[in-house]
Amino acid sequence: MSLKYITPAERFKKYLPKDYVELVDYGPFGKTQDEAGPGNMGQFKELMEEHPMCSGCWMAYFIRLIFASLPAPEETVTLGTAGCGRLAISQAAVPFIYGNYGDQNAMASGLTRAFRIRFPEKHKDVITIAGDGGTMDIGFSMTMHSWIRGEKFTTIMLDNEVYGNTGGQESGMSPKGAILKMAPLGKKGEKMPATALAQAAGCVYTVRLSPTNIKKAAKVIRRAIFVAREVGPTFVHAYTSCNIEYSIPTEDVFADAKEKEKTRFQFEEYMTDEAKAVIDRVEAEEKAAKRAKKAEVV
Amino acid sequence: MAEAVKRANVDMAIAYPITPQSEVMHLVGDIYAQGHIKEYYRAEEELGTMSAIAGAARAGVRLFTATSGPGLLRGLEAIVSWSGHRVPAVLGILTRVVNAPLSIQPDNIEMAYMMHCGAVMLHAENQQDTFDYTLAAFAITEKVDVYIPVAVATEGFFVTHAKGYVDMTADDICLNDFDPVAAPVPAMDNETPPARIQRDAPVQKSNFMSYLIHSVWQQEIWDSNQRAMKYIYEYLGGPIEVQNPEADVFVLGSGCAAAQCREAHRYAQEEGLSVGFVKVKAIRPFPVDEIREALKNAKAVIVPEHNIIGWLCKEVKAAIPNGGIVVEGPRVYGGMTLPVELIMKEIHTALGLEYDLKL
Ligand code: SF4
Repeated sequence: MSLKYITPAERFKKYLPKDYVELVDYGPFGKTQDEAGPGNMGQFKELMEEHPMCSGCWMAYFIRLIFASLPAPEETVTLGTAGCGRLAISQAAVPFIYGNYGDQNAMASGLTRAFRIRFPEKHKDVITIAGDGGTMDIGFSMTMHSWIRGEKFTTIMLDNEVYGNTGGQESGMSPKGAILKMAPLGKKGEKMPATALAQAAGCVYTVRLSPTNIKKAAKVIRRAIFVAREVGPTFVHAYTSCNIEYSIPTEDVFADAKEKEKTRFQFEEYMTDEAKAVIDRVEAEEKAAKRAKKAEVV
Repeated sequence: MAEAVKRANVDMAIAYPITPQSEVMHLVGDIYAQGHIKEYYRAEEELGTMSAIAGAARAGVRLFTATSGPGLLRGLEAIVSWSGHRVPAVLGILTRVVNAPLSIQPDNIEMAYMMHCGAVMLHAENQQDTFDYTLAAFAITEKVDVYIPVAVATEGFFVTHAKGYVDMTADDICLNDFDPVAAPVPAMDNETPPARIQRDAPVQKSNFMSYLIHSVWQQEIWDSNQRAMKYIYEYLGGPIEVQNPEADVFVLGSGCAAAQCREAHRYAQEEGLSVGFVKVKAIRPFPVDEIREALKNAKAVIVPEHNIIGWLCKEVKAAIPNGGIVVEGPRVYGGMTLPVELIMKEIHTALGLEYDLKL
């Protein structure tokens, strides 16, 4: 049924906005990663068109990448909170729920459990996408407890190491010493150890990365979603620089992300044995499907 | 309350303990253990509970939770967004002090904070009301032309921890299953056309359209609240109860203050005084027309309350054209009981009679 929810009756098509009809006819829904994944990201304006974020915002790029990586956008619901990120997330053609400050993981707990009541036979992917403030500060208790309870959904933290949307205040994820609004003498405390906290709280798959490699980033996002479906909470901690508050010229955004990859955002992937079994199985299935398709074409 | 939840065929209940509410969610847990509820868990705290209710509502299931005093205030940020998000959930409020110095004792000042969030609010006088109103609340919240939350409040300890006979429906009958399609906004389950990509995204642009969207939406919420009135008539026989409508002086109360008013009314009848009684069942929508009609010939109306600010008294004053006839109080709070003698004193004063108050 799921794809049908966006499909209008043929005779109404001519009255609908062109964008909507194009979404139905040519959009990424129901397509494979090869057809609609990050490799073909540019083709699918439905993923996110003309985002309203600052020019060169690395967060806007990563959000687009998240949408391009979804295993089943037609079965996915995203949840977010206040912050720059939600401006872009709410413009993508995947359902988005905007809650209160930092409560995305609590809302996702209710949503995921309710989906399992109503659709026990289906995977309805639930993903929270929020900034470092929403995930680790305001929403800290709700984030941690969703992990401790073993809720089966994916948490993605867009870590720009600052409250970008409210004008650049320090967050728990800002690095020690950073001079920011509300940290006029430099931040006193350390950057919070997010992935370590996630593992201690029971996340079965965690990744920290600076998303400089599109394919690699897409792969870990998908892994996180597949594992959450079956095993338990998963967490993706991504560096998504705020070029405004950290004064990174637009043309240097990628170089900065590369630089961070060597320091605070060194690639780190953790998985439990159970999570690994799911990843191995799903990726083997995907490979087999690819091979079969190739054979068909030949 | 838990018995009503059982008969309401609830899909999911989310629990968090706080005195004096704890027992309700404990008993709802027992009902879950017996298989009457499909999902139940203890959330991290009240804001998490109320947010999870908002999340689960998007998936299209029938929901219940309950809280008390400081817990209600802690969850209020999420609760005040429920109406705008069209969350058809039932919230039990087992009232308790919130002001410092903190105490676990009962009063109902927290209801004052709830009154302005768009939710329908019912105030139960006793155990029977608590059962009846809770069951009715599920029927009301899910009406397509309402579809906003319904809160059922009753006094902590005075009602929650006291025994009373309750006439219940047989426990092998229950409400029909929740229908997520019969809704003014479709569930966000990616199943139901037409597609709704965002549910209640923020309207934060500074332009006329955004002001207009917000304003139209808020008006619709308060209209929905008004539209609940016809169902309050259908299920509860109306938003007020009136006795001795020809009287000169009225005692008017809600919740367990209404029980004390009822008793004062009985004393007054025995003394042959011209005293009437009004019980207010619905706090939102507030029964403005009904109260006006009931008090149209009154010379005085005494409003006893279980809180310091007198929120009910203010509502009544605002509702009637001759607000000067309203006698504020007596009021008790912080766990104090409301002796009928205090009300009798006000009745006598209003009638120009002497009263020897002995407590
Ligand atoms: S303020 Fe920072 S995080 Fe927000 S959109 Fe601009 S660059 Fe991106």
